[in-house]
Amino acid sequence: MIIFLTYFSLLIAFVAIVAKVFKYITTPEHLRWELYPVPHEKGRSKYGGSYFEELDWWSKPRRTDMFNELKEMAEEIFLLKGVYRNNKRVWKSSFPFHIGMYLSIGWLVLLLIGAVLEGNGIAVSSSAGVIGRVIYFATLIFGYSGLILTGIGAFGLFLWRISNSEQRIYNAPADYINLILFDIVILISLISHFTVDSGFSIIRGYVHSLLTFSTVKSIPGIMELEIVLISLLIMYIPLGRMSHFVAKYFLYHSVRWNDEPNERGSKIEKSLMKLLQSKVGWSAPHIQTEKPWIELVKETGDEQKTD
Amino acid sequence: MSKRPTKLKDISKNTERLHTILSGDLPPLPYPYEDWEDKPISEIPESKRKGKDISLDGVMNLSVPIPKTEGEKAEMVAKFLSGLRKLLTQENNWTFLEPFLLSLDNCVKCNTCSEACPIFEMSGRAEIYRPLFRSDILRRIIKKYLSPTGKLTAKFTGADIDLNWETVARLAQLSYRCTLCRRCAQACPMGVDNGLITREIRKLFSQELGIAPAELHKEGTVKQLSTGSSTGISPVALMDLFEFMEEDITDRTGMNIKIPFDKPNADILLLHNAGEFLSWPENIEAFAIIFEMAGINWTLSSELVGYDSVNYGLFYDDIQLARVTLKHAEIAKKLGVKKVVIGECGHAHKAIMAIGDRIWLDGVNIPRESCFATLEDLILNERIMIDPERNNFPVTLHDPCNITRSMGIIQPQRNIIKKICPQFREMTPHGVNNYCCGGGSGFAIMQSNNFPDWRYQVSGRKKFAQLLNAFTKEEIDSKTNKYVCAPCSNCKGQIRDLLTYYDAWDKVRLLYGGLVELIVNGMTDVREGFLEWEFH
Ligand code: SF4
Ligand code: SF4
Repeated sequence: MIIFLTYFSLLIAFVAIVAKVFKYITTPEHLRWELYPVPHEKGRSKYGGSYFEELDWWSKPRRTDMFNELKEMAEEIFLLKGVYRNNKRVWKSSFPFHIGMYLSIGWLVLLLIGAVLEGNGIAVSSSAGVIGRVIYFATLIFGYSGLILTGIGAFGLFLWRISNSEQRIYNAPADYINLILFDIVILISLISHFTVDSGFSIIRGYVHSLLTFSTVKSIPGIMELEIVLISLLIMYIPLGRMSHFVAKYFLYHSVRWNDEPNERGSKIEKSLMKLLQSKVGWSAPHIQTEKPWIELVKETGDEQKTD
Repeated sequence: MSKRPTKLKDISKNTERLHTILSGDLPPLPYPYEDWEDKPISEIPESKRKGKDISLDGVMNLSVPIPKTEGEKAEMVAKFLSGLRKLLTQENNWTFLEPFLLSLDNCVKCNTCSEACPIFEMSGRAEIYRPLFRSDILRRIIKKYLSPTGKLTAKFTGADIDLNWETVARLAQLSYRCTLCRRCAQACPMGVDNGLITREIRKLFSQELGIAPAELHKEGTVKQLSTGSSTGISPVALMDLFEFMEEDITDRTGMNIKIPFDKPNADILLLHNAGEFLSWPENIEAFAIIFEMAGINWTLSSELVGYDSVNYGLFYDDIQLARVTLKHAEIAKKLGVKKVVIGECGHAHKAIMAIGDRIWLDGVNIPRESCFATLEDLILNERIMIDPERNNFPVTLHDPCNITRSMGIIQPQRNIIKKICPQFREMTPHGVNNYCCGGGSGFAIMQSNNFPDWRYQVSGRKKFAQLLNAFTKEEIDSKTNKYVCAPCSNCKGQIRDLLTYYDAWDKVRLLYGGLVELIVNGMTDVREGFLEWEFH
C-alpha cells in the first residue's frame, strides 16, 4: 500500500512545482524594477554599476559577464552568500540545512541509480565491482551526511525561531511544524537505517519496486514508517513556503537582475503593446474605468477628487 | 501608551494609537550632536485633523477619513478588498504583477531586512516600522480573505488578522512610513522587495479608493498634468524665470548666456526638476553655463510638463506615472531631439530611463541618458577646464537611491568629483549601499501637519548621522566650510530641511548643493566664486 502513497506524493510534488513555475512564467511583461548590483554587468558588478553609466549607452554593444552571474548564482545556492553577508546567526543553521538537503537529494538520486544498476544485474555493495562499489559508498556518504546535516540545520532554525523574541511575532504555527516535521522524519530515518538497513539496500530495493511498478518485498515496520514520512514530506514541501527556490529563481532572473533594455520592434515591445490594450478596472475618480490602458494614459483624467 | 511590543494583530484593534514616538527612544546622534535633544513630535489638534485618522502613530501625511457609520466602514473594507483583488490580476496590474507576486510568496520571515532599514533602526526599532510588519500584514490579509481555504487555515498559517476599517486606515498610513529606498530588498537573501510591496499598497489606495497624499496627487501629478508643473509654474511664468536666470548668470559670472528653449532638432533636450527653478536656480544656471561653454547643441522645453521632469506617479500610482512619462516622451518626439538628458533629479532618472524603458514605446522610444554620463564626458575629456584648487574644501557625496540602487549609476558622479574636488570624503556606506536621505518617495515635499517632525527625526536621522561621520573631528571642530553634494532635487530639499532642523550650518558649517554648482565653481573660464557660502 505504501508504494501508492509514494507515487501519490511524487505526483503531488511534481504538479505543485509545475503549477508554481506556470504561475510565474505566465505573468505578463512588467515594468523594470531591477536592483543593483546586477552580476552580469561586465566590469561594473563589483561596485553595483550598470550600462546607464555610459555616454550614449544605447549605441554601444552591451558588455555582459554571464560567468560572473553563474558564479553569483552558485555562491548563492551552495554557500547562501546573501544570508552569510547579512544574517550570520541564521546562516549558521540555514547553511547546514540547505547543504543537508542537497546531499539528501543526491542520496535519492544515488538510490535511483543503484536501483537501475541492480535491475540490470550490476550489484551495488561494498564488495561489488568498481561501479557498484562507488555507488554504494557514495550513497552511504550522501545519505548519512545529508540526513544529519539537514537535521542539525532544521533543529538550529527551530531554536532560532523560538528563542528570538523579535522574530517570534512573525512565526506562524506552520513555521515551527515544518521544522519539527523535518526533524521527526530524519530521526525516524536514522533510527531505521542504523537498526535495520545500514547499507541502504532495503530502501534501494524499494526504489527499484517504485521504478518497475513491482510488488514491494516485505520491509521492516520502522522502514515502513520512514517511507510513509518521507513520502508525506516530499508532498508537503512544494505545497508550502519551503519550495521557495522556484520563486527565488524568478525573483532574481525576472526582476532583480532583469536590466534588458527595450528596443524598437523588440519582443518586449510587442508584448507591452498588447498589454496596453487591456481594459483597466480600477475605479478611483482619476481613472476612467473600463478604458484600455493605452487610451487612459494618454488622457489626463477627470476632475480629481482624490486628496 | 504601554510599552508592550506591538503585534501584527494589533493593527485591527480599536485603540487610539498603535505607537507613539518618544524622543528618548531615538538612537543618539554622533559628535557633536550627542546631547542633541529632539523636540517631541507635535500633536495634531482635533480641529486640524478634521475627522481624519491618525491612529497609527499620531503622524499625518495622508488624509484617511474616519468612517462615520457602519455602512461607511463596511464600504471602506469592501473597496480595499476589491482593490487588493485587482492588484493580483493581470489586466489591472500587469505593470508589477510578477514582482509583486514573487515578493508576496517568497518571504521566509528571517528579518534580515530589518537591520538594513534606516527607518526601523532610527525609530529605536519601533515594530510598526519594521519592513516585514507592513508586508506581512498584507500577506496575511491576502491569505485569509482571498484564498479559498484562508479562513479555515488562518490559525495554522498565521493569517488571523481581522480586516476592519482600522486595519485599512492604518495600512494606508503605514505605506507612507517607508521611503521606498529598497535597502531592505538589497539585504534580503530571498530577493523580496518590501519597498515594492509598500508601493503596491499605495497604488491600491490611490487607484481604487482615491486616497493619496495631496502633495503627490492633487498638488502633484494632477497639477503637473493640468498646469505644467507641480510647483505651479506656468509656461508664462517660466519665461520670467528664464529671464531672471540669465540676469543672475551675468551677475554671478559676468557672462551673457541665453538659455535655449523649444529649439527643434537639438542634440539634447535637458529635463529639470522644476523645483530647481524656484529653490535652486543656480543649478539650472550651472547646467546652462557648462553646456554653452562646451558648445553643446541643447534645449529646454517650455511646453506643459516639458519643463518639469518630476513624476510623482513613481511613488504611488501607475496610471499617473504612465501619463506623466508619456507626456515627456511626446514632447521629446515633437522637438525632434537626438536624446533626452535628465538633470539632477533621482526619481526623474528612474521614471524616464528605467520605468520609461517599458513605456516609451515604438515611435517615442527616444534615447535617454543620465546627466552624470554627459557631464563625466565633458570633464574627463577636458571639454571644459577645471581648477580643482577652487574647490579645495571638504566635500562629501550623497547617493540618491533611485540613481544608484535602482539604476546602477555610481561612478560617473564620483569620477567628476574626484577630479574637481581635492578633499573628497566618501560616506560609509556609499554608492549602491547608500542610505536614503529620508525624503525619498515624495517625503521631501511633504510639509504639512506634523510629518516634517517625523521626517527630520526618524526617516532623515540616519542620513544626518552619516553626514556628520563623513568628516573628521578636526574638520567638524575647525568650522571650515564643508559641502554636501546632493545631486538630486528631492534629496537636496530633504538635506536642506535636515541641516535647518539640526542647525548644522551654524553649528558645524555644513552647506549643501548640487554637482554642477561645484563644476562651475571650478571652471577656469568662469569668474571665481560661483558657489556662495550662504545657507538657503
Ligand atoms: S523580506 Fe527577505 S529578509 Fe525580510 S524577512 Fe522576508 S525573506 Fe527575510
Ligand atoms: S524600502 Fe527602505 S524605508 Fe522602506 S522598508 Fe525597505 S529599507 Fe525601510
